[in-house]
Amino acid sequence: MRQAKSDDGGAGLLLLSIGLLSGTSLAFEILVMRLLSIVQWHHFAYMVISLALLGFGASGTFLSLFRDHLRERFTAVYLVNAVLFGSTLVAVFAVAQRLPFNPLQLVWEPRQTLYLSTLYLLLTIPFFCVANAIGLALDRFSDRIHRIYRADLIGAGLGAVLVIGLLFLVPPVLCLRILSGLGLVGAALAAWSPHLGSRKRLGGILLTAGVLLPFLIPSGWTELRISQFKALRQALNRPEAEIVARESGPMGLLTAVRSPEIPFRQAPGLSLEFPGTLPEQIGVFTDGGSLSVINRHDPATEPPRFLDYLTSALPYHLLDRPSVLVVGPGGGTEILSALAHGGRRIDAVEANPQMVELVGHRFDEFSGRLYRQPEVELHVAEARGFMARSEGSWDLIQIALIDSFASASSGVHASSENTLYTVESLAEMLDHLEPGGILALTRWVHLPLRDNLKLFATAVEALEARGEDRPERRLAWIRTWNTATLLVKAEPFGAGELETIRSFSHERSFDLAYLPGMREGEANRFNLLEEPAFFRGATALLGPDSASFLERYKFHVAPATDQKPYFSRFFKWKTLPELLRLRGRGGTPLIQWSYLVVVATAVQAAGAGILLILLPLLLSRAEATRAPGTGRMATFFLTLGLAFLFVEISMIHHLTLFLGHPLYSVAVVLGSFLLFAGLGSGASQALTERLRDWDPLPGSLRRRAVALPVAGTALLALLYLPALPWVIDRWIGLPDPLRIPIAILLLGPLAFLMGMPFPLGLARAGSRHPEWIPWAWGINGWASVVSAVLATLLAMHLGFSAVLGIAAVLYLLAAALLLRI
Amino acid sequence: MQHTTSRPRSSRPSVLLAATGALLVGGLLFPLQAQERGDECEAMVEEIRREVRATRRMIGTGSLDPGVLEAMATVPRHELVPKAVRDRAYRNRPLPIGHGQTISQPYIVALMTDLLEPEPGDVMLEVGTGSGYQAAVLAELVDRVYTVEIIPELARRARSDLERLGYRDIDVKTGDGYHGWEEHAPYDGIVVAAAASHIPPPLVRQLKPGARMVIPVGGAFATQHLTLVEKTEEGKVRTRQLLPVRFVPLTGEH
Repeated sequence: MRQAKSDDGGAGLLLLSIGLLSGTSLAFEILVMRLLSIVQWHHFAYMVISLALLGFGASGTFLSLFRDHLRERFTAVYLVNAVLFGSTLVAVFAVAQRLPFNPLQLVWEPRQTLYLSTLYLLLTIPFFCVANAIGLALDRFSDRIHRIYRADLIGAGLGAVLVIGLLFLVPPVLCLRILSGLGLVGAALAAWSPHLGSRKRLGGILLTAGVLLPFLIPSGWTELRISQFKALRQALNRPEAEIVARESGPMGLLTAVRSPEIPFRQAPGLSLEFPGTLPEQIGVFTDGGSLSVINRHDPATEPPRFLDYLTSALPYHLLDRPSVLVVGPGGGTEILSALAHGGRRIDAVEANPQMVELVGHRFDEFSGRLYRQPEVELHVAEARGFMARSEGSWDLIQIALIDSFASASSGVHASSENTLYTVESLAEMLDHLEPGGILALTRWVHLPLRDNLKLFATAVEALEARGEDRPERRLAWIRTWNTATLLVKAEPFGAGELETIRSFSHERSFDLAYLPGMREGEANRFNLLEEPAFFRGATALLGPDSASFLERYKFHVAPATDQKPYFSRFFKWKTLPELLRLRGRGGTPLIQWSYLVVVATAVQAAGAGILLILLPLLLSRAEATRAPGTGRMATFFLTLGLAFLFVEISMIHHLTLFLGHPLYSVAVVLGSFLLFAGLGSGASQALTERLRDWDPLPGSLRRRAVALPVAGTALLALLYLPALPWVIDRWIGLPDPLRIPIAILLLGPLAFLMGMPFPLGLARAGSRHPEWIPWAWGINGWASVVSAVLATLLAMHLGFSAVLGIAAVLYLLAAALLLRI
Repeated sequence: MQHTTSRPRSSRPSVLLAATGALLVGGLLFPLQAQERGDECEAMVEEIRREVRATRRMIGTGSLDPGVLEAMATVPRHELVPKAVRDRAYRNRPLPIGHGQTISQPYIVALMTDLLEPEPGDVMLEVGTGSGYQAAVLAELVDRVYTVEIIPELARRARSDLERLGYRDIDVKTGDGYHGWEEHAPYDGIVVAAAASHIPPPLVRQLKPGARMVIPVGGAFATQHLTLVEKTEEGKVRTRQLLPVRFVPLTGEH
């Protein structure tokens, strides 16, 4: 007993070390994705990180190939890998930043693929090291697999939550330094552990190094080198331009720039008839890109006149002193416009608290005390969550140019979810309108038409979903050469309103894109397209052949839904061959690279997995790989790796709406998932032993006790399919402090069960062939990487419920396989 | 004046070798390089011709003005791009020129030039000098080109490169292109290197009646479409958007 206790104490330090290393590596994954999104572009960051995670898989191969050799030197190998992990975090990022990689030139320059591969390899290093340490511990202490795995999962869960919290407090580069130090502390903890020989002095040295490291790294190493092709760098090229404020948070790094000599002049689609000048503006860049501006304004004087010469001003000419809801105000231009147009009550919903800090505090005076005007009320919330909880209604809901032109045009967000522009979302907004109220949606124009048509199609379906007959009478659409504003009403537009729209547009040389009862001859007058594409598209989408139009159109412009919330996915496979032929001949901007990046990531991850993990293992001629049942064992761990992330990603999506922001959803789901799965892992052995001896259970099931938790996971996942929407619908209106615990309670049971199959399978595999352990570790790591990417692709095409359903089937398969290992 | 005598027979083979080498490098390689550049340039012009024919419907013309193609064949593009990308100067692709700026692919430059309908006596304005290449192409066709660049280093480099190449009819100024170049207005054509959030009204004012302004829209390395601003003889302003690629978004249309 005493012996067991002291052993536990010793194991405690090692487990703590494993937990800390695991947590730090997950935090590094999230952080480096942020950092790469700032210096480069989000979708490439996504691809690079997904592939770097293959380090986990490669580690499995490494451990199996040199198993005996490494096991003998467990202490040294563990410590060296832990130290390497900690000390390379900053170094690999510093080197990665210095590579002349420019994703924009991938199409034009073959050598860019070489830089890209180097990037992958570099970022693989820390993941490889940390996986070596943990994988070897699993193998070395195979009798305590469930506890080591528990420490690994709980650590990862805490790491995810902590890094998001930390990003609120300190700039991302400081986070990186801190993580680097934590890696060394993880090594120190292990050095103290009796399992590694209680090396007190070494532990002390490592701890000191860990504490000092964040401060000792030269500042040049972590200085962010933003791509020269990003908007922020271009703005800073202007003489006299300077950064006047920075705000950092998990939703983005905001940089405010003042440029007195060559001012910002952000006035999207400004009418050529505008006679005046623009006010001074401060440019605010998110992650070095997407520009939003703060206009200089003195509340004692008239608001800037240019606001009335933008298409988004149209609804104010149809409403008298309206109550307004501005969604995503950014720098506040639309709030100012609402004030300028006599809005009597203005609610602004801004998701990013850092943006509020800039507009509402740092540049409060400059902005004309925008958020302190008596008419204005600010809500820091994500739009959908706000809508779901709000009982208010408005005369006008204004959503104008939330994404920047560049991000929308390069299709950066093909794989990013957007719950704002879905059928359900627009229908909900229409529910929040006062009688006669207007929903106004302004977007940039991209040619050939893509997002604009998709928005129109989504609005038509939202009207139909609400049971409005003849949607064609409830839509009005105007445009300039680069912006278009769509008005949606629950009621039909009246003759007087249509007259106002015509004269508003005519006075400003704006074109009519679509109006109820409009003739084609009225379209395409001031800003000529080769054909009246807006009008024809709108009429086709409203007509009886809209399904055939959506089918024949070469971009995917069918409405986005909550199940498939990928508004910015325009990619169609059948158009690809044609566009590839036109690549380099003006067709490059028509290809949605961000979609292809997801596919390329899946293909590369699969290929790299086969090359780096399966092939070496098969060639190694290890006896274990020839043993009967190897295929079943490998398939089992492959299935588990796929299913675990399918469930996790599907849950993150479902709870995004419930919790109000993707970030909260990621933190809550990752945190509670890994935590409960960790607890499940810890309890797995005891539970199966209990089940085996549990008399009420029929003998046939008792004999298969080990597979019961796996089958239980599948059944529970299936039950969640109908249960989730019910729970979300019922409690979405509750305040934050109640919704978060509900989400955690909801995830708990499923995650608890999901923590069991891996350690149960690993213990079973280990008892058959100990050499299988690193193998299983590698395959599972590889499958997790492929799974995350695959889940996104499946969700785009089949929807998130399908992803959860597939996961349930995979767990059933795993249960069957486990019995035959 | 330096006098050199050649020794017909050298007793030292290394000298002979060096002399042969020098002869090869000096006498053969340079003309060869020039020859290659000429071939590359010709191939580039041929490719532009093909592209124009292919996109006939989109751009509203089946062939460019011969003068424009001649100008494209005359301007030494390789002399106006940074050394690092010189070997790719005549490929039909955009190139980085430093400071986060790019030079458009030759087909787009040719198309924009053609859309301006340049005439020998014209005075043109360019906003965004960049490498100076577009200005040089215009200068081959018109009387005078005024060009404004925001980034001082780029303006300096373009000015010295253009001077070196003998372009005396181009004036480069560092400054804010939004306000055009008032002293020399009105212009017979204006070319804007990159789209802003709106068409600058001062530029529209500096356009002669009947003249055109052309603006490429898109990100770095990717031109999405060209916006053409036309001022009628009556002073009315219309814009037109052209897709520089042979693509119809609906199947069944050709």
